Amino acid sequence: MQIADDVPPGLTALDRPNSYIGRSVPRPNLARLAQGRAQYVSDVVLPRMAHAVFVRSPHAHARIKHVDTAAAKKAPSVIAVVTGAELAKVITPWVGVLTHLKGLKSAPQHAIAIDRACWQGEAVCAVVARTRAEAEDACELVEVEYEPLPAVTDPETALDPKTPLIQPELGDNLCFERKLDAGEVDKAFAESDAVVETTFMFGRHTGVCNEPRAVVADWNPGEQRLTVYHGTQAPHMMQNLFAKHLDLAEHQVRVLTKDVGGSFGIKVHTYADEMATVALSKLLKRPVKFVADRVESFVTDIHARDHRIKAKIGVKNDGTITAFEIDDLTGIGPYSVYPRTSGIEANQIVNLVGGPYTCMNYRALARVVFMNKNVMCQYRAVGHPIAVAVTEGLVELAAAKIGMDPVDLRRKNLFADDAYPAASAAGLKFEALSHHASTDKLVKMMDYPALRTEQQRLRGQGICRGIGFASFIEVTNPSAAFYGVGGAKISSQDGVTMKLDAQGSISCHTGVSEQGQGAEAVIAQVAATAFGVPMERVRVVMGDTDNTPYGGGTWASRAAGIGGEAAWQAGKALRQNVLTAAGSILQARPEALDIRNGIVIDADTGNERIGLDEVARVCYFRPDTLPPGFQAELMATRHYVPRAWPFAFTNGIQAAYLEVDIDTGFVTLIKHWCVEDCGTVINPQLVDEQIRGGVVQGIGAALFEHCLYDERGQLLNGNMADYLVPMAAEMPDIECGHVVSPTADSELGAKGAGEAGTAGAPASVMNAINDALRPLGAAPLTDMPFTPGKILRALGKV
Amino acid sequence: MSPQPAHDITLMVNGEAIAESVEPRTTLVDFLREALGLTGSHVGCEHGVCGACTVRLDGVIVRGCLTLAVQCDGRRVETIEGLSDSGELADLQAAFERRNALQCGFCTPGMMLTAQELLAAGGVPSRDTIRAHISGNYCRCTGYHAIVDAIESVAQARAQQG
Repeated sequence: MQIADDVPPGLTALDRPNSYIGRSVPRPNLARLAQGRAQYVSDVVLPRMAHAVFVRSPHAHARIKHVDTAAAKKAPSVIAVVTGAELAKVITPWVGVLTHLKGLKSAPQHAIAIDRACWQGEAVCAVVARTRAEAEDACELVEVEYEPLPAVTDPETALDPKTPLIQPELGDNLCFERKLDAGEVDKAFAESDAVVETTFMFGRHTGVCNEPRAVVADWNPGEQRLTVYHGTQAPHMMQNLFAKHLDLAEHQVRVLTKDVGGSFGIKVHTYADEMATVALSKLLKRPVKFVADRVESFVTDIHARDHRIKAKIGVKNDGTITAFEIDDLTGIGPYSVYPRTSGIEANQIVNLVGGPYTCMNYRALARVVFMNKNVMCQYRAVGHPIAVAVTEGLVELAAAKIGMDPVDLRRKNLFADDAYPAASAAGLKFEALSHHASTDKLVKMMDYPALRTEQQRLRGQGICRGIGFASFIEVTNPSAAFYGVGGAKISSQDGVTMKLDAQGSISCHTGVSEQGQGAEAVIAQVAATAFGVPMERVRVVMGDTDNTPYGGGTWASRAAGIGGEAAWQAGKALRQNVLTAAGSILQARPEALDIRNGIVIDADTGNERIGLDEVARVCYFRPDTLPPGFQAELMATRHYVPRAWPFAFTNGIQAAYLEVDIDTGFVTLIKHWCVEDCGTVINPQLVDEQIRGGVVQGIGAALFEHCLYDERGQLLNGNMADYLVPMAAEMPDIECGHVVSPTADSELGAKGAGEAGTAGAPASVMNAINDALRPLGAAPLTDMPFTPGKILRALGKV
Repeated sequence: MSPQPAHDITLMVNGEAIAESVEPRTTLVDFLREALGLTGSHVGCEHGVCGACTVRLDGVIVRGCLTLAVQCDGRRVETIEGLSDSGELADLQAAFERRNALQCGFCTPGMMLTAQELLAAGGVPSRDTIRAHISGNYCRCTGYHAIVDAIESVAQARAQQG
């Protein structure tokens, strides 16, 4: 077993005595999960709790003519059968738009469909019973009379005049469009020595969280309070939305999130069935639980990545990239998802294509069209896997066309490591990136020349191996520029409240949330270091809107960089407060004191002066012994939001080494490498595990995952036997490396690392497959996922 | 499907004698979670693919979602709670924690029961063998590398201890 170095790094401003910054300490509270003693929302049971199950539309598009609930209402243990019209008296509809995505439009969406069902799986009626099984039984007794309507399922024809309108009041099926034209694209293409043009296809996929979405809502009319146990990434955002749409004040709503069985961006959105469950609790005045089953998850968890991108690159014979151009078309669901919208993914793709490179000629068109399919929204690495695959696919095709090594071509075009601050053609602002150092490190880690030699040798034996790369940038630590400026009540700032208990330990209350990524550990490490106690004397409290500072939760790789900095600042502030109190007790100047290992010491000599337990004892129980007029404040709160840069961009490069069986089309992944730069590394092991998990999620995109719809809008493979996810046997070992370019926007200097793996893996696998097949004359594969059938067709074998 | 008459079953669960009445359609994992409050076994897919519901039945791992509670009449069931309390998994749990071989933890109980079955066979399996053995347990978080590391390290440690 290899554990990343558990040694402090060289001395920096962050290196206080017994620093935990840069150390691979284990996460607190893992034993609870390992012993089966976690508490996921699906485990929650409350007195009088009932179970909600939904009748869902079997049609992609249908008028709901009549819902007959009489038989279901008489079924054993049924408490209520509620239609969309009935529930609309308790909960208002919502519209998923952001004002900074100009022109983005959508229609009001109800918790339960009222007149029309607009995708297969949309809830049309709720049944609440004492047990889930009995609620499911009663669902079969609800008779819904549908009038099927034409389903819009092909993005290519969605905007044709003769295509029916999904939301007639919007005037067309266009949700959002963005155009960008930077530099002199036509001139640049005209002056290129070679131009490569191709079409990339990305299948829809979905998060497949191991724990499905789950919510237990408890409206207590006696308290006039709603408590929602919710498997969510963003408790405060959901508090706001539950209050808004149930006509409550925010202080009447408490959202509790303990353990979450995977999220990956899936659990940061408003889901109609979850909103309906909360409304049902208010309607029925008792706790109501809803846990999606796996089939429901496939047709209602947000989908992502369904893009067709016509793309073009120009190069000079010396390898200089002259221009990029893309035409992106993506088919979302019948509604833009609330409140983050379904326009962000395409917008990100426009922003990110060509991002690592100095080429300033770039034209993009992105169109987002409505479909009668499940809704689409932000999923881990939003837009990055697509933008990186398009950019890096083009780069390697161009390298092949001019006969240049793909690493050499990158080195010629990547932003120089001393070029910062810099801006991309799309206008992204980079504070400090390390493309060249990262590339150098990767090439060394994988021993690239030796790998090429091995590839050549094996080719002689009929073994077909490929090496593929993907340089990337990643958006992390978002400021209000992402959502807040567009009018969404999504907090980009986050806070930490830290307090000393009566025995000298600290509790640390934070608005960021734990989804398994290790935010709790990172907050504890930073808090312990900033304040000066051993980690075992830090307790982190999160996932409770009653007991944490207002914050955004976990998304866009923000918890460590933003929540971590708030913890750093709160730790410093509390240390100051405690030293002021200690100085008062000791009659010493606070500046001459410090806290080390849980003990107040003389800063100069390190001599122990007084224990934190003693400081707490005096301040809490004998304040009468303190000087007149002195009030100890053994609690401090600090908030943080990035201000100097809208986003802290990170960068990195991945490489895949694989073998293609040209008789079966099967791909065997041999090894995968990733070097990334997330600034200050707070916990090396946790960063590596974010990378590894992200890489495998990206490999899933490249090789397996695809929500297959037919032309009627029916999902054909909505189960785990037919929708393939990466399992252990097919996955490679993944080697990680780091370059460290801290952001100066925070003292901690940490950027995010949660999405880098997913961003680059699909591109590197695609490029490796094409590298393997190129000598065989196969047409480049650009249509993910690369199934054995597609590979055999590319080889002309079927 | 309408409910059928309940059946009385008796079984040993983590060493405790249990007598309950169950509907024929009740799965073992629903029975464990809902009737006995043993929520350490998880429900991920309910069609036998993800392995989050893996438990031991008469010493052999089974899918709790593909086994009916009535089939367990007169038999012996062990879950993550029992194997944690007995200490049987202590070294494996410690390795998972140190190596961060779990993130959200939802797959972890099932994953550890599956790993323990391989480890109980003795020897130090290759990484490929470990990967093949756990390939019926889905983990979305880790990418599996850390899980393989943790299982491998326990195999090595147990082999050294003889």
